[in-house]
Amino acid sequence: MQKSMTREQRNMRSPYMIIMTVLLILVSLFFIFPFYWIITGSFKSTAELNIIPPHWFPMEPTTMHYERLFVEPSFQWLLNSFIMSLISMILVCIVASMAGYVLAKKRFPGRVAIFSLLVAAMALPRQAILIPLVRIMNTLGLHDSLWAVILPSIGWPFGLFLMKQFAEGIPGEMIEAARIDGAGEVNTFLRIVMPMLKPAFGALAIFTFIIVWNDYMMQLVMLASRAKLSIALGIATLQAEFGTNYGLIMAGATMGSVPIVLIFVLFQKYFTQGIALGAVKG
Amino acid sequence: MSSITYGKHLFARSRKIQRQQTRVAYLFLLPALLFFFGFVVFPMGMGIYTSFFNYTMRDFDFVGFANYAELFRDATFGRSVVNTMIIAVASVPLVMLFSLWVATVIYQKPVMSRSFYRGVFYLPVVMGSVPVVVVWKWIFNRYYGILNWVTQTLGITQANINWLGDARYAIWCILAILFTTSIGQPIVLYVASLGNVDASQIEASEVDGASKWQTFRHVKWPSLLPTTLYVAVITTINSFQCFALIQLLTSGGPNGSTSTVMYYLYDTAFRIYRYGYANAMGVVLAIIIAAFSAFQFRVMRTDD
Repeated sequence: MQKSMTREQRNMRSPYMIIMTVLLILVSLFFIFPFYWIITGSFKSTAELNIIPPHWFPMEPTTMHYERLFVEPSFQWLLNSFIMSLISMILVCIVASMAGYVLAKKRFPGRVAIFSLLVAAMALPRQAILIPLVRIMNTLGLHDSLWAVILPSIGWPFGLFLMKQFAEGIPGEMIEAARIDGAGEVNTFLRIVMPMLKPAFGALAIFTFIIVWNDYMMQLVMLASRAKLSIALGIATLQAEFGTNYGLIMAGATMGSVPIVLIFVLFQKYFTQGIALGAVKG
Repeated sequence: MSSITYGKHLFARSRKIQRQQTRVAYLFLLPALLFFFGFVVFPMGMGIYTSFFNYTMRDFDFVGFANYAELFRDATFGRSVVNTMIIAVASVPLVMLFSLWVATVIYQKPVMSRSFYRGVFYLPVVMGSVPVVVVWKWIFNRYYGILNWVTQTLGITQANINWLGDARYAIWCILAILFTTSIGQPIVLYVASLGNVDASQIEASEVDGASKWQTFRHVKWPSLLPTTLYVAVITTINSFQCFALIQLLTSGGPNGSTSTVMYYLYDTAFRIYRYGYANAMGVVLAIIIAAFSAFQFRVMRTDD
């Protein structure tokens, strides 16, 4: 351990590493810049937005674009995105943990067949079923409601894999012990299995939240009336209607991206864990 | 009680337990299966079924393979397939090399700066495609965008370029944005699997005087292969499904030069309402993606 630390420290100071780090910082700027440009742009006056050479920072910050943005039902859009992401998150966690647990820990006829079917479905493009889904939601009378976005997100088996992966790590003796103590199936699941799955819940929750928040295509085909839009759809609508009113569009983009970025920063640990775990399965 | 009847009794009992276990398992699976069949399997079947129909707002007539036959003659569809291929073929190696490079630089850094960089490269994914696209649309704008100012200041270009309105540049602009939204996940994966490479092997090869490249090629690379395969597959699938970028940035224009299969499918279904024809595209897209994934599996498997 001691030895490997010194090796790493030596590596960090090598000229090779220094050049690479400088390069890395330059490339990072390219990835941060759009975010920076959105936020600063939302506070620039219309005149300042169109100045060439551009101002790197708003010289006379203004909230005029936000005042215009709040004329739109933009808080409603934000709230809609939150509600959709939150409900999907909770339902996905419940449904996926129940299924993942039995697929990992119980032997029953049909288990392999069901699992193979789920794996096969994962490889297919989700968008191929977009049109039939719209039709189904129309039939159910759910088109243009938040449920039209929520329900399909629960059908997707990704979370189930993550949970199965994790549940396989639960020692069988723990489940047996609970059974011998007289706990029923439901109690075993609630008291023993669920607490053991805690890290997986963290990963799946944040993952689902971000995926649903950003699922622009599904929102686009499912939501129509102005008060039902998600924040992503709201921004797209602003762009379609106001074209080059960049101040207004950037104010919308700030409102759409800052909350989700904050959520990501808070829960990054779980998120990266989840991705790494999901990949083990492949 | 004789041992034989006792054995029979046990057998019956264990069968009863097995039946009960099966029932419990299916009860736990029920919600997942309900959603899966209702919102994945059933619509998939419906999509395949209706792809054999002339299915619009008014009509629903069986036409056999006519939709598929039309796809082969449809120039815009051909163009969309080619564009989709270009995007996939260009972005897969780029994403792989770049994310591998970033991962090798950051995986030895202290935890704090490692997660900082991981976060930075994940930023475009987390922000969501809509905010990313609207700001790039502004950056690319012919008159007010910062890109023309930058390239002119650096002396690369002389006049204002209409980046998104010019068929020569538009697809490359899309590729550039797609790139920024594609590398977050591969980096996380590579960092994770680089952490799993046996440190003693790396040390041994360094002691033996292997160069950095040799160490990478012969020690690290073989153990990164499964991750590389996975990255190739998800990047391919992501590029095939590239939609929001196209819809918000160029609407497939100018003259279909940036249309992709996914965008053309959307356009066919929700602008001209030819559902059957669009579903045929969806089926073809699904087949192409499956074929590509299988191909990549084969190539990467025979490599080692």
